[in-house]
Amino acid sequence: MKVTLKIRRFNPEKDRSPWWGSYEVECEPTDRVLDALNQVKWYQDGSLTYRRSCAHGICGSDAMRINGRNRLACKTLIKELGNHITIEPLLGLPVIKDLVVDMEPFMEHYRSIMPYLVNDDPSPASERLQSIAQRERFDDTTKCILCAACTTSCPAFWARPDYIGPAAIVQAHRFIFDSRDQAAEERLRILDSPSGVWRCRGIYNCTEACPREIQVTQAIAEVKREILRRRR
Amino acid sequence: MKSGAVLHRYDVAIVGAGGAGLTAALYAARSGDVRVAVLSKMLPVRSHTGTAQGGIGAALGNHEEDHPEWHVFDTIKGSDYLADQDAVRVLCYEAVELVYELEHMGLPFDRTPSGRIAQRPFGGHTNNVTKQPVRRACYAADRTGHMILQTLYQQCLRHRVAFFDEFQVLDVLLSEGVANGVVALEMATGQLHIFHARAVIFATGGWGRVWQITSNAHSFTGDGAAIVLRRGIPLEDMEFFQFHPTGIYKMGILITEGTRGEGGVLINGRGERFMARYAPTLKDLASRDVTSRAIYLEIREGRGVDGKDYVYLDIRPETINHYFDLDGKKNPDGTPRRITAADIQARLPDIADFVRTYLGIDPLTQPIPVQPTAHYAMGGIPTDLHGCVVVDEHNTVLPGLYAAGEVACVSVHGANRLGTNSLVDILVFGRRSGLDAVRYCRETDFVPLPDRPDEAARATLEELRARPLREERMADIRVEMQRVMMDYVGVFREAAGIERALHTLRELQQRYQHAGVHDKSFSFNTELLEAWELGCLLDLAEVTAAAALARTESRGCHAREDYPQRDDENWLKHSLAFRTQQGIQLRYKPVTILDYPPQERVY
Repeated sequence: MKVTLKIRRFNPEKDRSPWWGSYEVECEPTDRVLDALNQVKWYQDGSLTYRRSCAHGICGSDAMRINGRNRLACKTLIKELGNHITIEPLLGLPVIKDLVVDMEPFMEHYRSIMPYLVNDDPSPASERLQSIAQRERFDDTTKCILCAACTTSCPAFWARPDYIGPAAIVQAHRFIFDSRDQAAEERLRILDSPSGVWRCRGIYNCTEACPREIQVTQAIAEVKREILRRRR
Repeated sequence: MKSGAVLHRYDVAIVGAGGAGLTAALYAARSGDVRVAVLSKMLPVRSHTGTAQGGIGAALGNHEEDHPEWHVFDTIKGSDYLADQDAVRVLCYEAVELVYELEHMGLPFDRTPSGRIAQRPFGGHTNNVTKQPVRRACYAADRTGHMILQTLYQQCLRHRVAFFDEFQVLDVLLSEGVANGVVALEMATGQLHIFHARAVIFATGGWGRVWQITSNAHSFTGDGAAIVLRRGIPLEDMEFFQFHPTGIYKMGILITEGTRGEGGVLINGRGERFMARYAPTLKDLASRDVTSRAIYLEIREGRGVDGKDYVYLDIRPETINHYFDLDGKKNPDGTPRRITAADIQARLPDIADFVRTYLGIDPLTQPIPVQPTAHYAMGGIPTDLHGCVVVDEHNTVLPGLYAAGEVACVSVHGANRLGTNSLVDILVFGRRSGLDAVRYCRETDFVPLPDRPDEAARATLEELRARPLREERMADIRVEMQRVMMDYVGVFREAAGIERALHTLRELQQRYQHAGVHDKSFSFNTELLEAWELGCLLDLAEVTAAAALARTESRGCHAREDYPQRDDENWLKHSLAFRTQQGIQLRYKPVTILDYPPQERVY
């Protein structure tokens, strides 16, 4: 099938402002949007710039705005979209070039929540025990691939880039509810700040955007409840 | 490139931020007294380690009796006796403590009812007494690699490793007979950077993108191996590249061996469970080379599905339970083993998701079309047991240079890697190289850099960028390379085909010199870098084909139709391929055999 891609272009060395490029490619309905982008880059215009790596939804490189929704280009098939596909960079992060955005503000929020297990007890000779139920408690949020689809779909983040954003809260959730971790207090204090969880208005864009189907809004709600529970 | 270069100084410069690079960085940084920099062409969490699915092998014995020594034997047998047995011993014994360390770092393994790390069967993992499958692969659903990558990155952040993300390393610096730095391009700006270091560790992963059907990421282009090859360092055992039996048909996306560990079976176009004919004891859990060849043979003999070039991987619960009964599989309490759709969904959620997304079918109710997919480089930069790069058949160390993970060849995988051992390798030899680099840094000072250290890298990129656009397209060259390598240097090989591939590759090398790029900008010029990566792939494809042509025997994943037998008398040896003015030159070095002399290999 013939598909028209309308792609938001911007080269900082040439362009004063972004512009729309239009490209026609021949695709199978089961091709990925990433395959269509590759067709353009390899056979029409090599300067089209985007990130990609694993091409099957695990590495998190190719989150972008496709027909107005944040998705991974490698996990979205042409047949879901039809013949006219509009592709833009993620919103709310500075554009470096074409579909490549500066991830550093996003990663800075991630790093701020102490995204690592803290447990200063002496390690046992073998594994620490954890029940199946304890492990299940934080399973959903271990799936996060830091693609930024959630955070950059959030109107609260668009309005206030200092908002820590759903992805950082998801990553914090993964440790707060891990029975082996000892730093929940500190993480909850960070998230109980003016740029923390209370900026979430429960709009659910993040949950819809997540390519890993993490229940993001629910995770944020659980963190909010945990903060309130510990205040009592 | 932009003029000038930014100079940095670190004790240890690590190239690559997958499992091996991050492990090396973490252990080096935790030693306290060295400054560590990690350079990666992607954000570290994008690395290909994250796509590993089924598990990491370690003989914890959490479900049933198991021993590191059984893991040693399974690895050596899997390698078709080409692995160095001293290295395998290190691998399998250190695996146990490293899995526990990962758990202590926070890795969320699945758990047994008693709260221990859960383990599942995998191809070639056996109880050495009964010869039956043993549960050795420690797993977190089918996301084990994702969890390992995330956990290591988290701990590196905690220990304040310096990361240079989206820095493409282009060259390694050697002076006075030692390695003392690397040259890298900062992708966002087009600025070159020189990293002056006491020790350099390459951990850049594999090069599956040489082949048409591959499980490997677009970014898996063998940069590190090509860089050192061009600097006169040999590559070891390049003829051995593993094809994983189960890639999604036409796409190559990996479907973990864990599917068969959970009881899934391979079915041909006649509805037969054909692996029983090729591996009477382990059947669908035979080693990967054996299983990939079996699939090719079924297809060749017209028993693919609908006569096409694929077979089915069937993980429907009714199929699994049917074969559990036929095989007499029992639970510990003696009741017949059973699996439900909910169990499969819980243990293989990503696999189910991939199949639904890309094939539009539900693997709980329909079988999955699969074909072998280029997966893993057993060969690579030769190292000793501490990750030190060795540059000849006498194992002479090149001081200051290390390699770990898939880019390295210790050799623990020999002619065919045992499933789960890639993850063991990145941890065991990542740690060893990181710690040995620290020891080396304490004993040595910075060696002065050569004059104009960035000159070679700059000239290469400038020349590539300055080429006028002609008819020749980089993409056409890449597609042609991938096709000939798939057709002639894939699962089955023979002399005439490999020669044809070599001929084509040399033509493609010529054509590559005449292909240009559209994008002339400095900022984030991925077209330029893709072109540079293609140059790496072409070099590695040529080495692979040359080494494959020379080895006139069949061993592990190197299956020569014109030499179908293993030939221990002449070929129980590692190849070392050097790039010289006269082309690829091959030399050989012996295999270290300790307790396990070569035997016939039957599964």
